[in-house]
Amino acid sequence: MKIVILGNGIAGITAARHVRKRSDHDITVISDESDHFFSRTALMYVYMGHMRFKDTKPFEDWFWEKNRINLLHARVERIDFQEKILYFAPRGNLPGVFTGQGGNVPGENTERGAAGVPEPLSYDKLLLATGSKPNKFGWPGQDLDGVHGLYHLQDLEAMERHSAFMLNGQPITNNQQPATKRAVIVGGGLIGVEMAEMFHSRNIPVTFLVRESDFWNVVLPPEEARMVSRHLREHHIDLRLETELKEILPDDSGKKCTAVVTNKGEKIDCGFVGLTAGVSPNVDFLRNTELEISRGILVNEFLETNIPNVYAAGDCAELRQPLPGRKPIEAVWYTGRMMGETAAHNLISDFGLGIADWHNPQSPIRNPQSYTPGIWFNSAKFFDIEYQVYGDIRPHLPEGHATLYWEHPDGKKSIRLNYEKSGGRITGFNLMGVRYRQEVCDKWIRTGTHVEEVLHRLGMANFDPEFCPQHEKELIRVYNRQTGRHLKLRQKRGLDAVLDFLR
Amino acid sequence: MNDASLSIATPKRAQTSGRQKFALAMAGLGAVLLLLVWAAQNAFAPVPVLLVALGLMIAGALLFVREEYLTRPEGIRNNGVWFRSLSARGVWGWLIAVVLTGFYTVLYFFPESWFTGLTALFSPFSHLLRRMPADKWFVYGALYTFSILVMGVKFMFKYRHNRYQVLRTVSVMFFQLGFAFLIPAFLQMMQQPEYYFTYFWPLKDYYGSPGAVQYYSSATDISVYFILFSTFMIVVATPVLTYFFGKRWYCSWVCGCGGLAETAGDPFRHLSDKSLKAWRIERWIIHSVLVAVAVLTGLLWLNSWQQGGVLGRFSHVYSTAYGYIIGMAFSGVVGVGFYPLLGSRVWCRFGCPMAAILGILQKKKSKFRITVNGGQCISCGNCSAYCEMGIDVRHYAQRGQDVVRASCVGCGICAAVCPRGVLRLEGAASDAGERARQLRTVHVRLEDVKIL
Ligand SMILES: Cc1cc2nc3c(=O)[nH]c(=O)nc-3n(C[C@H](O)[C@H](O)[C@H](O)COP(=O)(O)OP(=O)(O)OC[C@H]3O[C@@H](n4cnc5c(N)ncnc54)[C@H](O)[C@@H]3O)c2cc1C
Ligand code: SF4
Repeated sequence: MKIVILGNGIAGITAARHVRKRSDHDITVISDESDHFFSRTALMYVYMGHMRFKDTKPFEDWFWEKNRINLLHARVERIDFQEKILYFAPRGNLPGVFTGQGGNVPGENTERGAAGVPEPLSYDKLLLATGSKPNKFGWPGQDLDGVHGLYHLQDLEAMERHSAFMLNGQPITNNQQPATKRAVIVGGGLIGVEMAEMFHSRNIPVTFLVRESDFWNVVLPPEEARMVSRHLREHHIDLRLETELKEILPDDSGKKCTAVVTNKGEKIDCGFVGLTAGVSPNVDFLRNTELEISRGILVNEFLETNIPNVYAAGDCAELRQPLPGRKPIEAVWYTGRMMGETAAHNLISDFGLGIADWHNPQSPIRNPQSYTPGIWFNSAKFFDIEYQVYGDIRPHLPEGHATLYWEHPDGKKSIRLNYEKSGGRITGFNLMGVRYRQEVCDKWIRTGTHVEEVLHRLGMANFDPEFCPQHEKELIRVYNRQTGRHLKLRQKRGLDAVLDFLR
Repeated sequence: MNDASLSIATPKRAQTSGRQKFALAMAGLGAVLLLLVWAAQNAFAPVPVLLVALGLMIAGALLFVREEYLTRPEGIRNNGVWFRSLSARGVWGWLIAVVLTGFYTVLYFFPESWFTGLTALFSPFSHLLRRMPADKWFVYGALYTFSILVMGVKFMFKYRHNRYQVLRTVSVMFFQLGFAFLIPAFLQMMQQPEYYFTYFWPLKDYYGSPGAVQYYSSATDISVYFILFSTFMIVVATPVLTYFFGKRWYCSWVCGCGGLAETAGDPFRHLSDKSLKAWRIERWIIHSVLVAVAVLTGLLWLNSWQQGGVLGRFSHVYSTAYGYIIGMAFSGVVGVGFYPLLGSRVWCRFGCPMAAILGILQKKKSKFRITVNGGQCISCGNCSAYCEMGIDVRHYAQRGQDVVRASCVGCGICAAVCPRGVLRLEGAASDAGERARQLRTVHVRLEDVKIL
């Protein structure tokens, strides 16, 4: 069977690896972005000089051939779902990073040189894993040079190009005025804060326009949101809360951005505008086909689209029936990975014994697997403050729930536990500057453990490095103060107890 | 350096501030002063010259640290590592590599007379410590310890938010200063034979030889305890400590070679090769060295038992060759000289027979592992990039599999640089035999999955 996977991100690649793990089908992975799978989440570290581009590739380049996963660097322009054929765009039209004199990613431009249009490719089963694209909300000037999101490699290249311009002042095109050494970032989410850190690392001043009254307080509870706002300012980020972008002004050439105007009427000169107001599924080229699309490609719990033998996974997929408390599109790395695994299972599952697993006729793969991502978790880092979340943490406490919050006097660490007022079931953990174990939190939430039982044994969850201070006792003190109880921490940090607990 | 990054900007400009350049120049001046004394073969006024040289280096280092770390909030600071010539195998990196290899070559393979300038410079200090003039080994030991102390302080400021890193560094500084420098000097002052209590066979192959046993058994009335201590350490303490704490109790807490790698070598840790091929080569070489030293010691004992009979000449040639090739060229010249090219743990990773033994123990009989926090890994690659031993930590982390690798020295930097809090160094007894088997990110039923 010929399996074609469109998109070489975490969803597509996980699917390809898992199909290969369990079967001998022909696998082709297509991407217009890079020859090889790289970690999008690490783009910032390349810009900041922590890593080279090649260090972001989770597998060495020989891996793909050895595991007989065909890679095709090309852009799919159109899909004929009736005939099951993919049609490609001419190669010369692939986007930026590998062509400009600057983009020196060795080994990444091999297929690029080949002119012409790749032959149309047929498939038996197709997995769409096309990812996202940065949102643009129709701001005047949003398509000027120097106005970019941060998603694809090509965006990173644009950041590089404009950073060079801002730092060294060499104009990129004729009749450009020298760029102001300042970047304006629009939209207070996780990618925005990464972009801020990136420019900051090169000593390019950053103005950060955030619509909310505190950073990311549509997701973070108020205390944590304030902590991040404070921390951004500690790093000299010019954070403008409750400020929105109104328009982006071009320079004399009319092509390049030179300033932004905010909704408060202020004009801020800048050499770069970063658009980081969220992402949306990268599915435009699939619209107006028989494929059902809402915001993303609509899939059922088996990740099947409305067209037989066509599946979707990752950022581009929208669940018709999201799980309770979860969103139909969750554009994060982890869900991409889990969906990729589920899709792999289902791509080969209905082939019955002996074919599904080439090497093992006893293979248990028979039935389709539904996508069950388990308890929500996520993590991020805001400059120096790490963030982890397990379970249900909302900016505003839902009815009938209570919260327990401890913050370190230095204002850079906090622990939050949410639980149901009646019954005491634990519902979520929110950590800033403190690391907790996913499996332990997961099990407590899954089994609806009482908050006091959790507090007694909270040391088990602690995942901070050895010798680092443990703050569980302080959290319990807050609980005792709030409730008049007299709990004590009975379990300190350590793996032995954890293994016992998880067994 | 075409592969350094996507960078077309010259980010360097924004990376090193004027004050930092001044600080580096100051430290450089101190080093140049030492080189001048060396080249001139004359210390002129030893005490002031030495004080000025070391003072410049200390002041330069501290000023650099201040600018680099203390002017910013605490946290991981690896900005520009791959842009800087020194840390990205640029001109400065190569230059330092050439200077260091040159220094070690002269140190090991050239006569004492090449060092009259430096020994004269260090003699007052040597008199103070051990009531005898300095020789080249004293000079080397002093400079080595100095590097660990100064760069150790730098390292502690860099990782001041992480208590594991700070304590570990205090420990290597303590063991280097006390056990590898002051105590041997003190022993000499007390008319006892020089002895290093933190080096054991097979790293210090001599301590396992019949020659050493004979010598220390009778040299002075207490020296027999020295050799007994070393024997106890390698035979009893090493397996026990490694069972509880992993290889790190030695490699990144005690050992002087490790100490230099962790402190002075820290700016180069990312240069280690992470490829599967490098891992293969590593296992071949390091285990060959272990075999070679075992053969060496075996030969020497056989020979001493046979009273120099059949194997006399051969064991002598073999032992000399081992000393030159492994003891000097590999552990010294390549081991430190190649820091700026192959990373800070070249010797520890590819050569050290002690590391080989500790590695086997760590892999087969230890509680220690790097635990992976469920499915939190985003495959970013920071952990692998900053592993000085060239372990592809990400390979394990992204599959949710605990890291159990013979080479891991437990420096804990992977866990420190991980931006998602995925890694933790820890130990547990209950699953010690199957530490590497857990798969945590598995989402579809476990029994469906074979590892790819
Ligand atoms: C800077 C940044 C940081 C992030 N950090 C985190 C984080 O810390 N944690 C987290 O959980 N998530 C993070 N994310 C989100 C996460 O990276 C995404 O959710 C994930 O990469 C999505 O994977 P995917 O496989 O669905 O799609 P993608 O990785 O987007 O892969 C899709 C690929 O398909 C290609 N493609 C699309 N259309 C076509 C076509 N027509 N022809 C050929 N190729 C095509 C695209 O070019 C792309 O290469 C981050 C994202 C960014 C941009
Ligand atoms: S640094 Fe952390 S998140 Fe990044 S690859 Fe390593 S374990 Fe995963």
